[in-house]
Amino acid sequence: MGAATETFYSVIRRQGITRRSFHKFCSLTATSLGLGPLAASRIANALETKPRVPVIWMHGLECTCCSESFIRSAHPLVKDAVLSMISLDYDDTIMAAAGHQAEAILEETRAKYKGQYVLAVEGNPPLNEGGMFCIDGGKPFVEKLKVMAEDAMAIIAWGACASWGCVQAAKPNPTQATPIDKVITNKPIIKVPGCPPIAEVMTGVVTYITTFGKLPELDRQGRPKMFYSQRIHDKCYRRPHFDAGQFVEEWDDEAARKGYCLYKMGCKGPTTYNACSTVRWNGGVSFPIQSGHGCIGCSEDGFWDKGSFYDRLTNIKQFGIEKNADQIGMAAAGAVGAAVAAHAAVTAVKRLASKREDTKQDH
Amino acid sequence: MMDAVAPTSEAKPDLTAIAADAAGEQAVGRPTVYVYEAPVRICHWVNAVSILVLMVTGYLIGTPLPTVAGEASDNFVMGYIRFAHFAAGQVLAVFFLARILWAFVGNHHSRQIFYIPVHRKQFWKEVLHEIRWYAFLEREPKMYVGHNPLAQTAMFTGFTLFVAFMIVTGFALYSEGTGIDSWQHRLFGWVFAIWPNSQDVHTWHHLGMWALVMFVLVHIYAAIREDIMSRQSIISSMVSGERQFRD
Repeated sequence: MGAATETFYSVIRRQGITRRSFHKFCSLTATSLGLGPLAASRIANALETKPRVPVIWMHGLECTCCSESFIRSAHPLVKDAVLSMISLDYDDTIMAAAGHQAEAILEETRAKYKGQYVLAVEGNPPLNEGGMFCIDGGKPFVEKLKVMAEDAMAIIAWGACASWGCVQAAKPNPTQATPIDKVITNKPIIKVPGCPPIAEVMTGVVTYITTFGKLPELDRQGRPKMFYSQRIHDKCYRRPHFDAGQFVEEWDDEAARKGYCLYKMGCKGPTTYNACSTVRWNGGVSFPIQSGHGCIGCSEDGFWDKGSFYDRLTNIKQFGIEKNADQIGMAAAGAVGAAVAAHAAVTAVKRLASKREDTKQDH
Repeated sequence: MMDAVAPTSEAKPDLTAIAADAAGEQAVGRPTVYVYEAPVRICHWVNAVSILVLMVTGYLIGTPLPTVAGEASDNFVMGYIRFAHFAAGQVLAVFFLARILWAFVGNHHSRQIFYIPVHRKQFWKEVLHEIRWYAFLEREPKMYVGHNPLAQTAMFTGFTLFVAFMIVTGFALYSEGTGIDSWQHRLFGWVFAIWPNSQDVHTWHHLGMWALVMFVLVHIYAAIREDIMSRQSIISSMVSGERQFRD
């Protein structure tokens, strides 16, 4: 892999495209975009000189499901993303180099592309016990992360782990696993949550950054708007059944076979921001709701700590009991109702008593 | 006993002579006084109806009705329930805002539910008196033209704060449907900075509903009880605006 700056042009040539075809492409692109006659040569010049964005891909506490998802991207194909669009200089899971050689690349990239490389982080650093729950290359992962983040242009936080904390940060979070944006605070961070994120969303984010040389527009929580601005519920193909009031009441009932809304089965689609219901999975084949199971909200903050995946209402874990808002509310309202009734009864008794006293005094 | 009280004079009440307010001066003399101006009363009943609609429809959104039969295109049960919820929510918000505006132009009773005079020692003394009254430790109630100090405290925390919370979280949840570019999201999207997972906002909104249920229970009970026990009109005052003292 090495760290040689390969330009887009050299990648294009390496893939067997002639210089003549390359110039045709540049002219056609300029014409179709309605640019002036000089634009074609400018595009050619940019592609010939602009180096591909170096990417360092690191792994903290994680399960590699993000990588597994990423390598299954269909549009664009992951090989195009990895081999043509970016210069993936370091990824300890899939790189050929190992040991000192691999670690040397980190130093090299940091020195050579100071402030130019993108740091993609899969997983998160555990901070407890000085970070010793995740040792990478003989050092706590959190140290490696901080060093590499120092000179990065931007950071991509892959998956629910890097974005929110995910299962290793679920209560009681013994290793104090901490999302990236709580550790690195001085760099632009783009969150791509999901467990894992959709492959096309991952490559889509990479494509955007390499094409435009900047981060896509982010929402209030640092997620790219183009993939995370709508809930699964908003674009769900079962939404008409929700609006009609047609719900699956039990697994395997008639409604389940008819494909009714899974709202009552605890589907988290109404509170989950992701592109599953539009982009879908495995090249657009299906997504959880389409295969009959509710959304578990895997791209949302703390989704492990919200009670069962199959309950509509969230469990509230205060006072050592697990009850939902209705159970707590009804109990409290019942207590108030009983108190009101008791108070009314005492009032009535007192009133009768004082009335009797009054009448006695009157006589 | 109650019925024996003669109808009160229609004489224009002299506010300075009565001089009974949250400061706690006891109402003596004149039997009726104009407390709740028309906008306050209109807001009260509009809010009451909206809150009732919001509670019923809100509960049904969290726990939907049984599945309806037929084609999805022939039914719109959940749609109508949600429409009613959103419509009532917007009505409540508008009238709540109007009520805040009226606090600036209305009489001083119209401001009572928006603050607690925490710095006034006398106020807390009267709160204590009211607590003792409700705990059956005081034989005679004090008379107030507006809210009694305990009621003012309850109205501010139990109603004003909770309703404000419900309006803010409600619009934040509504913005999930209207989208990230909507004015609702621009104004109320910060709620998701506090609770990044909107599931939590749903839960808090839900708990807020139950808190308001409790408020309504106590509010209605206290109104009926005071109407009888404190020898002053409470319920009819919210219709006519006049407070009548029966002693």
